[in-house]
Amino acid sequence: MFKKILIANRGEIACRVIKTARKMGIQTVAVYSEADRDALHVELADEAVLIGPPPSAQSYLVMERIVQACKDTGAEAVHPGYGFLSERPAFCEMLEKEGIVFIGPKVKAIEAMGDKITSKKLAMEAGVSTVPGCTDVIQDAEHAQAIARDIGYPVMLKATAGGGGKGMRIAWNDAECADGFERASNEARSSFGDDRVFVEKYIEEPRHIEIQVLGDSHGHIVYLGERECSLQRRHQKVIEEAPSPFLDEKTRRAMGEQAVALARAVDYQSAGTVEFIVDAKRNFYFLEMNTRLQVEHPVTEFITGLDLVEQMIRVAAGEPLSFTQDDVKLKGWAIEARVYAEDPFRNFLPSIGRLVKYMPPQESEVVRVDTGVYEGGEVSMYYDPMIAKLITYGATRDRAIAHMRDALNEFFIRGVQHNISFLAALMVHTRFMTGRISTNMIAEEYPTGFYASDVPHDDPALLISVAAFLHRRYMDRAAQISGQLLGHERKVGNDWVVLMCDRHHPVRVDPAEGGYDVIYMGEVYQVRSDWQFGFPLFKGTLNGTAICIQVERRDMHYRLFHWGSQADVMVLSPRVAELQALMPEKELPDLSQYLLSPMPGLLTKLTAQVGQEVKAGEELAVIEAMKMENVLRAEHDAKVAKLLAAPGDSLAVDQPILEFESGSV
Amino acid sequence: MHDIIQQLDQKRAEARLGGGQSRIEGQHRRGKLSARERLEVLLDPGSFEEWDMFVEHRCTDFGMADTRIPGDGVVTGYGTVNGRLVFVYSQDFTVLGGSLSQAHAEKICKIMDHALKVGAPVIGLNDSGGARIQEGVDSLAGYANVFQRNVLASGVIPQISIIMGPCAGGAVYSPAITDFIFMVKDTSYMFVTGPEVVKTVTHEEVTAEELGGAMAHSIQSGVCDRAFGNDIDALLMLRRFINFLPPNNREKPPFRPTPDPADRQEYSLDTLIPDHPNQPYNMKELILKVVDDVDFFEIQPDNAKNILVGFARMDGWPVGIVANQPMVLAGCLDIKSSIKAARFVRFCDAFNIPLVTFVDVPGFMPGTAQEHGGIIKHGAKLLYAYAECTVPKVTVITRKAYGGAYDVMSSKHLRGDVNFAWPTAEIAVMGPKGAVEIIFRQDSGDAAKIAERTEEYRKKFANPFIAGHRGFIDDVIMPHGTRRRICRSLAMLRDKELENPWRKHGNIPL
Repeated sequence: MFKKILIANRGEIACRVIKTARKMGIQTVAVYSEADRDALHVELADEAVLIGPPPSAQSYLVMERIVQACKDTGAEAVHPGYGFLSERPAFCEMLEKEGIVFIGPKVKAIEAMGDKITSKKLAMEAGVSTVPGCTDVIQDAEHAQAIARDIGYPVMLKATAGGGGKGMRIAWNDAECADGFERASNEARSSFGDDRVFVEKYIEEPRHIEIQVLGDSHGHIVYLGERECSLQRRHQKVIEEAPSPFLDEKTRRAMGEQAVALARAVDYQSAGTVEFIVDAKRNFYFLEMNTRLQVEHPVTEFITGLDLVEQMIRVAAGEPLSFTQDDVKLKGWAIEARVYAEDPFRNFLPSIGRLVKYMPPQESEVVRVDTGVYEGGEVSMYYDPMIAKLITYGATRDRAIAHMRDALNEFFIRGVQHNISFLAALMVHTRFMTGRISTNMIAEEYPTGFYASDVPHDDPALLISVAAFLHRRYMDRAAQISGQLLGHERKVGNDWVVLMCDRHHPVRVDPAEGGYDVIYMGEVYQVRSDWQFGFPLFKGTLNGTAICIQVERRDMHYRLFHWGSQADVMVLSPRVAELQALMPEKELPDLSQYLLSPMPGLLTKLTAQVGQEVKAGEELAVIEAMKMENVLRAEHDAKVAKLLAAPGDSLAVDQPILEFESGSV
Repeated sequence: MHDIIQQLDQKRAEARLGGGQSRIEGQHRRGKLSARERLEVLLDPGSFEEWDMFVEHRCTDFGMADTRIPGDGVVTGYGTVNGRLVFVYSQDFTVLGGSLSQAHAEKICKIMDHALKVGAPVIGLNDSGGARIQEGVDSLAGYANVFQRNVLASGVIPQISIIMGPCAGGAVYSPAITDFIFMVKDTSYMFVTGPEVVKTVTHEEVTAEELGGAMAHSIQSGVCDRAFGNDIDALLMLRRFINFLPPNNREKPPFRPTPDPADRQEYSLDTLIPDHPNQPYNMKELILKVVDDVDFFEIQPDNAKNILVGFARMDGWPVGIVANQPMVLAGCLDIKSSIKAARFVRFCDAFNIPLVTFVDVPGFMPGTAQEHGGIIKHGAKLLYAYAECTVPKVTVITRKAYGGAYDVMSSKHLRGDVNFAWPTAEIAVMGPKGAVEIIFRQDSGDAAKIAERTEEYRKKFANPFIAGHRGFIDDVIMPHGTRRRICRSLAMLRDKELENPWRKHGNIPL
């Protein structure tokens, strides 16, 4: 076994590999860029080597630097993690030349699977089913129809040079096929200057399901079940799970066996993933093979009980697999949610900055957090915006989901925007709960974006009783202040009114051992907690059931966050609540008339002029935030009425920069 | 006897209605509470003791003899906020527009006299159209009587004003003298001359809100210390505010127990200071992570944002916090921020509230606007305030402390009691770049040499140890231990005694 390995990666995956290495008694070397001096993986590793400036092209992707770091530290092997150099044949060759082991498959396998055409050809030869279609370039509409009839409708006409949905057409019959061919090739010509088009089977309600394989250098290859990764937003995976709620045993075995056949065809020796697209009738087709550890590997680890990184290291060290296919038993259910630094309420705008508060949930038998950051750390503009992976396990899918919901309640992040509420919303979405997911689900269910109203809270009494608890505790403490008039001290009443969602909820709050009894609508809610002032997580019990709610006190409001929904709540005495009802509802200004700063930053340029008619997409202003220039563009045609900020101003988030003429927007 | 008692009840009921039910409803329609409703929100339930309910004005001119309303447009008395005594007056807009008559003023003066006698704060709820014009000079005399008391009470008992409606003309000067002015957004405004007069004299077209609304005074003038969304928010936040203040200048501010451990460590502060010296960071994060219970009551959050001031507690005891904010104008001192902080420091000093100062200041703001605006004198206010101050002063330099601004910001030389520096502190006459440009002017053409010299200067001076050698810094501390060190220092200083030489009063550069 190796004595020392180097991890050629950063973030959560570097930390995760270090953990396993440490468990195996292997020393670890981290590499880091100048932006990662204070990063967690640097702290966790036994040694760390600076390999260059922040941009990955000048650090994490520079093979020579990493090889040098191995030589300098005496690392015998390199784990590449995912991304960066994990699938670069040249990197493996360079390591090999220096006698350093690459913890991953052999070069030939990486090369073969790295090329779309070769891999598809290899797959077909190995008897793996591939998406029916014709990679030949189509001459004319009739040719297209002929192929389409051959593979069966519906079909997809795709530009050879295509990307981003451009030059793609779906056809359900001959007429649409002819029309689609014309349009696709025209679009391809204007978009890419290349009008070549090919035809492929169109997959309805496609699911992305992948098979984990593991091979050693002694010719053993096993498959470790599947992972369902269909929940994606713009091709970015959001939720993954294992097993898939969709596969039956027969399909699972068929997919597994085909995956192993393909792996065998390239003499695969490490952990790898064979991706399939699966249609509504459980037909599955090979997409590609990833010759590395996948981001979502923890769900497989949960249900197989294996440590894939450990297996990779053992295989790389020449050990044979210690188990056979028959030993592989899938047990229970695991779900992974990717926590990204992005703002789901602003069209998932990426967010960077300092993690002012970062409190991941407590890890346990059923909760795992793979994270590469810490409180006070930085989400950098240079790298992937994934903050952490939250993985939960349960005997059943429902249990795993329940654990995930609880764990998301406990995940507290401030400083950067994050998608926790979106993840929580997905967990209770009917389609997710019933397993009716596809790669289109997020686009179909949230066509215009994600809104706070997408996650109404299904148990207001819980929020009401917690708010009552919080307020009563603050009031009881306020009553302990010194200097009170003797004999006329403050007596805190038991009757209160909780204002939530514009409604008044009268409650009685009686002190009890370890908390308060909140009486609401005739029901008693026993709230018990050792929560202390200012602490962002309210952990305790409600009628004996454990609860965790995120709380923030903002002037007279408590902002509560639970199960993905957020509520601003006030607690007032009955008399003040009565008077509060007299307070005017303040209309929020119509912000569509304004260009608002989407982030805090420095206004470096204001292109728009008063009176200017701007077209949608036209540059209006440039904001510099975290050394990054952000161009703000007009969303619609409009006329500029007023400038409300000047270059050089430091802007707060949502600060108006300019006003459009009313009616012009 | 029974009948007489009933009569009293009836008289009281009449007086409580002020200008009558329909006027109270009018007040509600405007989004405002009535004078008595406001006191219900502000004071502990049932604690209000009203005086002078039956006072009436004595004017007979212009038909005023027929419009006598008991109480005469202001509700006065005392009550408690969390059991602590406060005197209050609440102007009643439903009675002749809350206008100030001689009798009205006398009522205010009465409670102020009592407040001074017993040493308790005065809170004024202002909602008044101005002078009772029918009374002429009597009304003006009334104002002046209030002003005189405001001045005599200044620094003796805390005086707080909340503007909850109009406050115009001479009426503004009573709040102006008080320690803090809070305003209600959209329903209150303050100005010396109103929009009509402005239009006549300067031909400027401006609305009352633009001229003197809560936001105008929060952002532009700095007259308003905090603006709130409505009457209820303002009054409940005022309850919270009072918790920080002592009843008078002879007593310590009130203690309130906290479960927050004094030795709580905050490791995330170890990465607060960015790698690059010109990169900003949010000083508020430091404040919130160091004080008790993440609770910071900021004063003037929208004015002169390059300095943060406000109240918090440490170990349960109130402190005044002053901190440069690197997020705005790099945290430099300018006219507005000096004035804002100076007044705050003096308030804390007057009322025995210890000061905790966090320093990251690159210097004073340069430019003609500043120089011609009198930065010399305004900057000196903050210097004067800190130097004069005798309450416990604990200072933490987090990063830059350059030049004269270093001296000003509660330095050892201005009787700072405990002065800490983080290892990231740079205490020097100026930043390395500027210093090298002056010291090595002859090398100015040679970029490589300048870079080398800058590095040399940075190594030598851009650290806290030179100041440490001289004892100007008592200790260089770990950022994560900041709370513990401040709490201990304040505990050590709790019985500090320091007196300035006797004088009639100092002559702060006003």
